[in-house]
Amino acid sequence: MTAIQTKSVFSVSERGYYGQFGGAYIPEMLYPNVEELRQNYLTITASAEFQAAYEDLLRDYVGRPTPLYLAQRLSEKYNTTIYLKREDLCHTGAHKVNNTVGQILLAKRLNKHKIVAETGAGQHGVATATVCALMGMECIIYMGEIDIKRQAPNVARMKMLGAEVRPAMSGSKTLKDATNEAMRHWINHPTNTHYIIGSVVGPHPYPDMVARFQSVISEEIKKQLLAKTGTELPDYVIACVGGGSNAAGAFYHFLDDLSVKLIAAEAGGHGVLSGLSAATTFLGKPGVLHGSRSILMQTEDGQVVEPHSISAGLDYPGIGPLHAHLWDAGRAEFYAITDDEALVSAMELSKLEGIIPALETAHALSVLPYLKAAPNETIVINLSGRGDKDLETYMKHL
Amino acid sequence: MNRIVELFQKQPERNLNVYFTAGFPNLADTRLILRVLQEAGADLVEIGMPYSDPVADGETIQDSNQQALAAGMSVKLLFEQLRGMRPAIKLPVLLMGYINPVMQFGIENFCKSCQEVGIDGLILPDMPFDVYVEDYKAIFDRYGLLNIFLITPQTSEARIRQIDERSDGFIYMVSSASVTGSQTGVTHDMEAYFARVNAMPLRNPRLIGFGIKDRATFNQACQHASGAIIGSAFIRVLAESQDLEKDITSFVQNIK
Repeated sequence: MTAIQTKSVFSVSERGYYGQFGGAYIPEMLYPNVEELRQNYLTITASAEFQAAYEDLLRDYVGRPTPLYLAQRLSEKYNTTIYLKREDLCHTGAHKVNNTVGQILLAKRLNKHKIVAETGAGQHGVATATVCALMGMECIIYMGEIDIKRQAPNVARMKMLGAEVRPAMSGSKTLKDATNEAMRHWINHPTNTHYIIGSVVGPHPYPDMVARFQSVISEEIKKQLLAKTGTELPDYVIACVGGGSNAAGAFYHFLDDLSVKLIAAEAGGHGVLSGLSAATTFLGKPGVLHGSRSILMQTEDGQVVEPHSISAGLDYPGIGPLHAHLWDAGRAEFYAITDDEALVSAMELSKLEGIIPALETAHALSVLPYLKAAPNETIVINLSGRGDKDLETYMKHL
Repeated sequence: MNRIVELFQKQPERNLNVYFTAGFPNLADTRLILRVLQEAGADLVEIGMPYSDPVADGETIQDSNQQALAAGMSVKLLFEQLRGMRPAIKLPVLLMGYINPVMQFGIENFCKSCQEVGIDGLILPDMPFDVYVEDYKAIFDRYGLLNIFLITPQTSEARIRQIDERSDGFIYMVSSASVTGSQTGVTHDMEAYFARVNAMPLRNPRLIGFGIKDRATFNQACQHASGAIIGSAFIRVLAESQDLEKDITSFVQNIK
């Protein structure tokens, strides 16, 4: 995380907006907690003491910096130059832990003793349960009932780490509903509890705070690319987007480098027009969900549509307000990748590079056939997580 | 004069505000429930606009929202159902709901429709206060709609004063830190909070909501405010009722 941020058109405004998106659309019951966070997050995270603690944990506990790996066989296949940012090598197996380490340190400094979180694929739940174990804090994770079934290994990991996993039984029983339940829990427990949101969603300051914690990804990419190629700027940065935390981290320090094309891979599900999709920018329009104004899949009446993706982590009907702004401003290009395309890419990376990616991450890899990049162009793909949790799904398609 | 303001001028005490979800238990029950509530002696009514993701609501109201949506309730249909309710319905009527369906209907269009059918006020718990003041208040005012804000035991005195200054009608005093439908009743901690708010003093009357479910809790609330709001307990009655007219009447008459 960078202590001093230069102000860009893509930075959050004083009132918590990215262009027309963002804000804090929350019931009064959440206001004191969110306001406490808003007033303190910048001061606390900028302090030398916090920075030192955060950097120590990222290095010695998470295992940062993660490698930037030149994927030669994948590059040959697509006749271009592809680097993989190996977030899958983070402790717990995905980028999510960058954020939970930051937020747990922040929670301690706000004198919160209990943690609540939502999870989709379970990666954020595991990353939260992990840091709660590390700090000796009580941890409650809400997870959609459907996701509990399709991500069983992560449920077991959370339990082993001492967390209580509570099923979200309402609505589509996936990430959206787990988020609703976590918010209700926070309403019912307004003191002593901190809510660790896992993505760049939620009321301000969450999108900005999570993006800052994840920005270590692009900070490292720049340094590593400079060392490897003599320039810190690639031609493309590709990442998958559910809520969009790994993409926010991978894009963050490139937002003002307009020569760098930023590419977001959304979950197309069975296809954008199939009725079973989570491709928010293709199917959504401006609306409010989970405390911020963003792009949202919804009916004409403003009811949130239940999304579909093979990947639990992308199975969300919205995107973070920063991404909505990048989409609106034309700064990032969005692709809708189908379930089948993602499966093909997961198999391909496994066989070509010996790396089994998470299903979420596989969506980012699926952009490659569309890209038509030149041999001398440099592509960085954020390899946000590893695929161990998805073996059951993969085994059905071997 | 706005019916809400008029009510509190004429009757500053023991006002019973009843919440129900539009389209529940049956899609076409809205007008019947309104009429019976009035005849039974309710003083104000809040009609909930169902939403897919009601984060401030507990299970009872969540379930009623889902059932109403599944039956086909929408903002548009609700306005159609309410058209012509005046003058037979004399009570102040408020619409309560989440901001997204209102935004999709269009703020101005929504307010215009409210005025046309005779709505007096709105409760939109996830509408930020600053957005209201800067963007919406002028529109609400133009159509004679009062916006009712919530305060909780955690709301600071400064914020309560801001809300009191910028709103009219009444202030919705949430009794405890919880989603709707809590079973706590009125506790000693709550009494201290009510006393603290009463001592401020404020321009607007207060109604206490969350955890009010029967005559005893209504009477307790009335000792500390101008009345109380009952939601989940009433929804439970509607959910189990075989005879709405009879059950609504006895529920209200048992409380007042």
